[in-house]
Amino acid sequence: MTTHLDGNVLAGTFGEVFAVDITTAVGQCASCGTREAIGQAMVYTDAPGLVARCGSCGEVVLRVTRSAGRTWVDMRGVSYLELQTPGQ
Amino acid sequence: MARAAVLGRLTWQVGMVTDIRKETATASTIMIDVPGWPGHAAGQHVDVRLTAEDGYSAQRSYSIASAPGRDRLELTVQRLEDGEVSPYLTDVLMVGYPLELRGPIGGWFVWDTGAGRPVLLVAGGSGVVPLMSMIRARAEIGSRTPFRLVYSVRSPETVLYAAELAERGQAGDGLEVSYVYTRSAPPGAQVRVGRLNPVVLAAPGWTREAAPAVFICGPTGFVEAAASLLVKAGHDPGVIKTERFGPSGGQA
Repeated sequence: MTTHLDGNVLAGTFGEVFAVDITTAVGQCASCGTREAIGQAMVYTDAPGLVARCGSCGEVVLRVTRSAGRTWVDMRGVSYLELQTPGQ
Repeated sequence: MARAAVLGRLTWQVGMVTDIRKETATASTIMIDVPGWPGHAAGQHVDVRLTAEDGYSAQRSYSIASAPGRDRLELTVQRLEDGEVSPYLTDVLMVGYPLELRGPIGGWFVWDTGAGRPVLLVAGGSGVVPLMSMIRARAEIGSRTPFRLVYSVRSPETVLYAAELAERGQAGDGLEVSYVYTRSAPPGAQVRVGRLNPVVLAAPGWTREAAPAVFICGPTGFVEAAASLLVKAGHDPGVIKTERFGPSGGQA
């Protein structure tokens, strides 16, 4: 029985390693091409790590796993990320 | 207000509990002084980390309830029966205790105070917490932006901020508060008990023509039902922002 949350829960984990806010980043799903704010992706938290799926087609867009002082980020499901970088 | 999310990596900070207020039988608001806290944008959350003497640690996300402000913040925590973190926060934590946290986190589920368009807030249970921060932020800056809170609760006893919402809703400055009772309504109230429905969402002035910005927060099932009702009623999915919460609270 798994239920999903959303991309808002990715913010803390990404914030540990990246200075940009991942939730306002717009990602293009590599599978269906939908552009969506990562904050609105479906995120499953009961897998090892966090798994974000496209809100449109359900394919995996991002995975992030932490263990023993390391963080793995798997981004093969996004063809690009458009990040907000204010002040630049 | 300027975006509170300044570019920089998140780091843990230690705050000090200055007050604890019981909101309901199972929820408390914790007031925390955090030296150097930069303030937040209404809707953001923090991560709280508890560490046992043997080094075991557990971490959960909690929405910030207070209006943005420097050096202090308030969290409202709903006690989960089988929770690992919330029972400590609601039952054990006392004034004067330190609390480790980091934030503010998340720039997506945030009310842009300068946006001007009406704001429809839809809360399921303790999903009201980040929405309360938006309501308080609005009051703090003296905004007259029309706001409407539709707040779904099991019963009157589970309402968070009941007195404050009643007062703010009667102030006549453009905030409306409506309740949906899913299990039991207040005695004598002329309201039907039941789930969130299209009628309560489509109050006069709050249909799709008003084009409000929409923030929905609650458990996943509630959020999806509410978003789906609003999209069916013609609201633009692009203006609907959602935040789902669950027992794991974003633990990775």
